[in-house]
Amino acid sequence: MIPAIVVFLYLAVVLYIGIFAFRKASSKKEAEDYFLASRSLGPFVFLFSLFGTNMTAFAILGSSGHAFSNGIVTFGLMASSSGLVIPLSIFFIGTRVWALGKKYGFMTPVQMFRDRWECGHIGTVIFVVQAVLLVPYIVIGIMGGGTTLYTISGGLVPYWFGGAIVAMVVMGYVFFGGMRGTAWVNTFQTTLFLLFGAIAIIVIGTGMGGFKTATQAMLASPMASLMTRERISPLYFFSYTFIPLSAIAFPHILIFCLTAEKMKHFKKTVIFYPICILAIWAPCVFLGVMANRVTDVPQIKAKQEARRVLATQGKNMAPEARDELREQAAGDDVIMLLLQRYAPLWLAGLLGAGIMAAVMASDSQILALSTMFTEDVFAHYGGKRRFGESVQVQTGRLFVVLLTLFAYAVALRAPETIFELAIQYAFSGFAALSPLLVAALFWKGSTKWGALAVTLWTASAVVAVALYQHAVPAPAPGPPIVSWTVGGMDVLTRTPGGTAVFGFMPVVPMVIGSALLMIVVSMVTAKPNPATVEKYFPRG
Amino acid sequence: MKRILLVLAVVALYVLHQDFWNWKTPYPLVFGFIPIGLFYQGAFAVAASLVMWLLVKFAWPGHLEEEVQDSEAKEGTNS
Repeated sequence: MIPAIVVFLYLAVVLYIGIFAFRKASSKKEAEDYFLASRSLGPFVFLFSLFGTNMTAFAILGSSGHAFSNGIVTFGLMASSSGLVIPLSIFFIGTRVWALGKKYGFMTPVQMFRDRWECGHIGTVIFVVQAVLLVPYIVIGIMGGGTTLYTISGGLVPYWFGGAIVAMVVMGYVFFGGMRGTAWVNTFQTTLFLLFGAIAIIVIGTGMGGFKTATQAMLASPMASLMTRERISPLYFFSYTFIPLSAIAFPHILIFCLTAEKMKHFKKTVIFYPICILAIWAPCVFLGVMANRVTDVPQIKAKQEARRVLATQGKNMAPEARDELREQAAGDDVIMLLLQRYAPLWLAGLLGAGIMAAVMASDSQILALSTMFTEDVFAHYGGKRRFGESVQVQTGRLFVVLLTLFAYAVALRAPETIFELAIQYAFSGFAALSPLLVAALFWKGSTKWGALAVTLWTASAVVAVALYQHAVPAPAPGPPIVSWTVGGMDVLTRTPGGTAVFGFMPVVPMVIGSALLMIVVSMVTAKPNPATVEKYFPRG
Repeated sequence: MKRILLVLAVVALYVLHQDFWNWKTPYPLVFGFIPIGLFYQGAFAVAASLVMWLLVKFAWPGHLEEEVQDSEAKEGTNS
C-alpha cells in the first residue's frame, strides 16, 4: 500500500500545479491564454513539456513490453528513428508553424489549413479525422492509469477506482490550468521520469546481481536471440522509420509548437530531443529484455509460458485462443513487476509515480481536442462571434469534462487490446496526414482538393487495414498468411504482428499514397488566390 | 555548399540507421553487457543530436523570426 500512497501524494502535487497555473492565468486574450499559455513558454519548459507530451503510456510501458517479447530491436525500431525524424520535423515544420501562428494568430493546424487553402468544410473533414484518430489515446491513458494503480497497490485499488482517480486528476489540472498547467505538469513529470528512470535501472541491475551477470545468463539461455534483432525483418525495421512522421502531424504536438515564446526556444528542443529519447527509452528497452532473466516472479514465468505455447502449438489453435495467449504473453507490465521485485517499497512508489507520469500524458491530447473543438468548430461556425471569447473558453472547459467522462466510460467497458490496436492505426494515420503539413508549408501549388484527397485516403486506408486485420485473424508466430499475390510476389500478407504490403508495414504505402495524391490532385485543381499564397511564401 | 553538406549528413544518418550488419549478433558486448545492436543505436541517437546541432548552427531559419518581429512592429504602429 505504501507505493500507492506515494503515487496518491504525487497525484495531489500534480493537481496543485494545475490549480497554481490557473492562478497565474491572464485575463487578456483569454482563449489564447487558456489554450496556448499566451504563447509564452520558455526554453526549458518547452523542451521538457514537448518531450513529455510524446511520452505516453504506450511509449513507456509499451516499449518495455515490446522489448520483453522482441528484444533489443525495440530501441532502433521505435526510439532512435524517432530521435532523427521528430527533431527534423520540429526543425522544418514546427518552427514554420510557430511563425505563422504568431503572425496570423492560428491556434490549431486546421485553422492554418483553412487559411492556406481557402476552405471551410474541408477543414472540418480534417478535424473529424484527426479527432477520431486521437480519442483512443485518451482512453488508453485512463486504462493505463487504472492498471498502474491496481498493480502498484497490489490489487487494493480496483481498476475502476484507479482509472477514475487518474481521469479526475488529469481533468482537474487541464480544466483549471489549460496549456500552462499541462506544460508545467509535463515538465515536472519528465524531470521525475528521467531522475527515477536512472535510479530504477541501478536498483534493478543491482537486484539482478549486476547487468554483466544477467547478460551472460541471457546469452547462455534459449532466449539469446532477444539480444539480437533477428525476430524482426530489416524491411519491417525500415518501414518503421515512417512512423515518427506521425509526431508532428499529431494535433497536440503541433499545437504545442505554438506555445513557445521565442523561436530560439526550439533550438534546445531540436538538439536535445534525441538525447532525451536515449535517456528514457534505452533503460526501458534494456530492462524489458532483461525481465526475461527473472525466474522468481510468477507473472513473468506465466508470460514466458504463454509465449512458448503460442510458438509451439499456436498453428493448431483457434484464432481466439491465440489472441488470448498473446494477451497473456504481453509484457506491458514487466517494468512494474521488476520494480515490485527489486525496489524497496518507498522507491517502488516513487518509480510508480514516474511511470504514472508517462501514463498521464493524455492530458495534452484532451486539451488539444478541446482547443480544436472550440476553434475549428465552435468559433469557425460563429460561436465565438455570437457569444464572445469568455464563453468560448468555458465551452473548452466543458468539453474537457465531457471528453474525460466519455473516455472513462469507454475505458471501463471496452477491452484494452482494441484500443492498443486503434493506437497502432492512429500512428500510421497521422503519418499519412503529414504530407498535408509539408504541402501547406513548402509547396505553393498545393490545393484544398489535394488536402481533401489526402484526408479521405488516410481515413479509408486506416479503416481498410482495420477491417482486413479483423477479417483475417493473426497467424501463429512463423510464416504469414498470404492474402494476395501478383506474378508470384506477395502483395498483401497478414503477419503475427499486423499487416504487410509488399513486405512493408502499411504506413509506407499510406504515406507514399498521400504524397502522390497531394501532388496529382493539386496539379489538376484550382490554386488559392495569389495573395493567400504570398502570405505563406513572401517574395524576397 | 554548406546546405548540400547538411543534406548529405541527414541522408547519411538515415542510411546509417539501417545497420543490417549488426542484425544477428550480440557481440561484441560493449562495457561487458550492452549488445552491439543496442549500443550502435544508442550511439546513433547521439549522432542525431550532433547533426541537429549542425542544422541549428548553420541552417537556422532566422528569417522566420525576423518576419514575425516585422509583423509585430507593424501591428504596434497601426494600433
